Amino acid sequence: MPQTGPSQTVKFYQTGTLTVGNRLLDPASRTVQSSESRSNAITCGHRACQGCGEALGARYAVDAAMRAANSQLVCVNATGCLEVFTTPYPETSWQVPWLHSLFGNAAAVAAGVAAAMRVKGRQEVRVLAQGGDGGTTDIGFGCLSGMFERNDDVLYVCYDNQAYMNTGVQRSSATPPTARTATTPVAEDAPGNVFGTGKNVPLIAMAHNIPYVATASVADLHDLEAKVNRAMSLRGARYLHVLVPCPLGWGSASHDTIRLARLAVECGLFPLFEAEHGEITATKPIRRRVPVEEYLRPQRRFAHLFRPDAPHAGEALARIQAMADANIRRFDLLRMSDDRKETA
Amino acid sequence: MSNHPFAITLDVGSSLDNLTGSWRTAKPVYGDRLPPCNKQCPAGENIQGWLYHAESGDYRKAWEVLMQDNPLPAIMGRACYHTCESACNRGQLDQPVSIHAVERFLGDLAIREGWQVKAGAPTGKRVLVIGAGPSGLSAAYHLARLGHAVTIAEAGPKVGGMMRFGIPSYRVPRDVLDAEVGRITAMGVEILLNTRIADIPQAMADGSYDACFAAIGAHLARRVDIPAVAAGRVLDAVSVLRGMECGDEPPQLGRRVVVYGGGNTAIDVARTAKRLGAEEATIVYRRTREMMPAHDFEVEEALEEGVVLNWLRTITAVEDGAMLVEKMALDEKGWPQPTGDYESIAGDTLILALGQEVDTTVIERVPGVEVNRDGTVKVGENLQTGYPGLFCGGDMVPSDRTVTVAVGHGKKAARHIDAYLRGMEVETPTKHPDAVFERLNSWYYTDAPQSVQPTLDLLRRSTSFDEVHGGLDEETAQFEARRCLSCGNCFECDNCFGVCPDNAIIKLGPGQRFQINDDFCKGCGICAAECPCGAIDMVPEEV
Ligand SMILES: Cc1cc2nc3c(=O)[nH]c(=O)nc-3n(C[C@H](O)[C@H](O)[C@H](O)COP(=O)(O)OP(=O)(O)OC[C@H]3O[C@@H](n4cnc5c(N)ncnc54)[C@H](O)[C@@H]3O)c2cc1C
Ligand SMILES: Cc1ncc(C[n+]2csc(CCOP(=O)(O)OP(=O)(O)O)c2C)c(N)n1
Ligand code: SF4
Ligand code: SF4
Ligand code: SF4
Repeated sequence: MPQTGPSQTVKFYQTGTLTVGNRLLDPASRTVQSSESRSNAITCGHRACQGCGEALGARYAVDAAMRAANSQLVCVNATGCLEVFTTPYPETSWQVPWLHSLFGNAAAVAAGVAAAMRVKGRQEVRVLAQGGDGGTTDIGFGCLSGMFERNDDVLYVCYDNQAYMNTGVQRSSATPPTARTATTPVAEDAPGNVFGTGKNVPLIAMAHNIPYVATASVADLHDLEAKVNRAMSLRGARYLHVLVPCPLGWGSASHDTIRLARLAVECGLFPLFEAEHGEITATKPIRRRVPVEEYLRPQRRFAHLFRPDAPHAGEALARIQAMADANIRRFDLLRMSDDRKETA
Repeated sequence: MSNHPFAITLDVGSSLDNLTGSWRTAKPVYGDRLPPCNKQCPAGENIQGWLYHAESGDYRKAWEVLMQDNPLPAIMGRACYHTCESACNRGQLDQPVSIHAVERFLGDLAIREGWQVKAGAPTGKRVLVIGAGPSGLSAAYHLARLGHAVTIAEAGPKVGGMMRFGIPSYRVPRDVLDAEVGRITAMGVEILLNTRIADIPQAMADGSYDACFAAIGAHLARRVDIPAVAAGRVLDAVSVLRGMECGDEPPQLGRRVVVYGGGNTAIDVARTAKRLGAEEATIVYRRTREMMPAHDFEVEEALEEGVVLNWLRTITAVEDGAMLVEKMALDEKGWPQPTGDYESIAGDTLILALGQEVDTTVIERVPGVEVNRDGTVKVGENLQTGYPGLFCGGDMVPSDRTVTVAVGHGKKAARHIDAYLRGMEVETPTKHPDAVFERLNSWYYTDAPQSVQPTLDLLRRSTSFDEVHGGLDEETAQFEARRCLSCGNCFECDNCFGVCPDNAIIKLGPGQRFQINDDFCKGCGICAAECPCGAIDMVPEEV
């Protein structure tokens, strides 16, 4: 009888494009991180905690930028964990030209480096500035806004671990409501951080009409690297906001770092999107939706929401779920992803 | 006292000097776990292992890995009830990997390409195998690979045992059967047809065999006494199916055929009757449809082809052109009980399909051999009987009666016979721990529904013995292989290498997998948590 199988395209279904690499993928579709020749911008022996999401996020972003810039890259670093665990002076983990000045002025220093390169006619040298959420959304915010407004040729990467981790887990303007930090303790009348109006720096960056703004997480490497590549293909001010779970500050297991980053995306609390010149150009649909509880429960900073006797827990969880739902509506996150469409 | 400048405690240099591995309290260790498919396979196939090669399109290698355990992949891909697929972890995600379809693809490809297997270096030992069914063939193949000289004595006029005399050709085409058996004879295995062994010790002595494996199957049709008037014809299923292969012309069945029984044989004979032109084929079974031992998919296919099912009925008499049946009802315990309520079913031929028994006459005469109460032969864990050098397997020993179990027995017997011939014990390697679904990080696997095998048009099915199911083409077979999650065995996805925050994993290159750099691994466990297939364990460090 005729051998007629139904027509299907042979993809790497075992992994799709979701794992870091795969022996079956052609090298062009693998991630920078799957390559033995990745630059390993932050090398071994750094002093980050076990399971540090920021160490991971920074290596992902900088390695990708290194490849995109043909290794012609200068990094500027705000004060914070990343700076401290990689460079207890004069020892360094960096395998890339790297500058540190102050907590609040990474964007301004980077703008200066970019200007210097322009003056020297070294346009091939690219500049990347980086800092934690405290150094970005709070104390470095003025410099950052200035860099955006002047459209300086810098890619600024914020590693968002949602608090000032390096100095003992104090609240930042990126700390989520109800999270317990050293400065937002949980007490009878104080259920962790407040439900404020929030400070969404990616959206604020978009409001500056800069060439490129994106969010990413350490749980989706292909997406993160694609965003760095896109950013590096453009000139002018660019902003990438990466969610990097912190086992110490979040009170989570060190092996859960990537899982939590994934759950944050899959529950809708951390939407992944890209924008160019103030307009959203792409969003990443949720693959397997989960309720916010699944994301919050493994983190001790939210433990009070799950105590049976907690008076406001029910209402708080409902409000957090409502925040996730609002994101899902706003970015249309429940539509089918391309991967699902193909097999549907 | 350090001679560093004020407030400086470190030397200028790279952080590589900090051996942060000393922070570790648990250590990641790569392992190979036992996937549920492999664990379930009665032939002991390394399914995950051969799918791995099929994924990359190295079908030859895939086939070679498969052939280490099973010499009949093209037959097995068709006849095996593939219980591996019920165990497959992917079933908990969407649908199981269609393992049998890929196996069949490899088996067919090997036949098309003429791939062969070499016999081992001669040991000078001779082994007699009795019965050329799947068990005997499998034993002969494995013994030949081990270098022993094998002769198979087969009572019938053709090879294959129940694969030929039982399973109809619309499920296992005979050219496929011949091709796979041909590969075994090409290895030097001698098959003597029409050679019934009546005295095993004598036959062993006559041919100076050092050992014997008997796999004579179960061929005696179980019968019940049903009063029949002269006109009614009563046949048994095994003879009817055998008649398809051995007679000069197909068995003559009536226009209206009634089959008594509820197993796969009943279904096969009813479907065969339909194909031979019976207008009606009705299966009468004492219990309910749910209690039928026949596999669901076979029942479904039979129904599609117009076979009628009549359950909760017993046949009490064969009349002229009809069967007298009594209705049954389930009691509180769920057992069928007679009701005293009778009806008549039209039918001119009754075919009994009530199971088969082992013809133990040949074995009973061998000193030291015991026969169990159900007529099977008593064997030890190593399939050895009480008679020196005599091993038995397949349908004639207590076990599930399937082709795959028979093939598995053949392999096991070959291993033990080999050890017996060398005066040694078989060493059983320790089993790897199970690769359970809970250890998978299934998020990394993209959606991929199971491939569907083409099915022959109904009209063609009921009028011919053409094969009902088609195979997968190359593209689809590869797609299906790539649906495998590689449970518990690294498939080089680079996740561990990519997700380590300390760059403490060394990539050893294609096919070489990975290694942990103990100097810097802090023991966070992310690599283990993010390994899609659960190939990494976190083992506590000794402190
Ligand atoms: C109708 C039917 C359909 C089936 N369908 C399936 C199926 O789809 N899938 C499945 O997995 N299983 C199926 N089975 C079961 C399967 O065929 C058997 O379990 C399997 O063939 C047993 O293998 P065996 O080698 O032990 O014995 P057999 O296959 O029975 O082979 C025994 C051989 O020994 C020979 N022999 C017997 N006595 C002597 C002697 N004294 N000297 C020399 N030779 C002798 C016989 O002629 C025969 O060739 C089916 C069985 C039947 C009856
Ligand atoms: C102007 C100034 N204020 C305070 C500090 C002390 N300080 C150093 S790191 C840090 C917190 C950094 O937090 P964040 O930017 O979120 O980065 P993280 O450590 O969480 O990665 C603070 C408050 C400082 N270095 N400079
Ligand atoms: S997914 Fe693959 S390895 Fe896992 S049980 Fe299924 S076939 Fe076996
Ligand atoms: S991810 Fe790296 S540091 Fe963590 S346990 Fe694995 S090898 Fe060790
Ligand atoms: S993560 Fe991937 S590469 Fe690493 S052990 Fe698991 S399967 Fe292999």
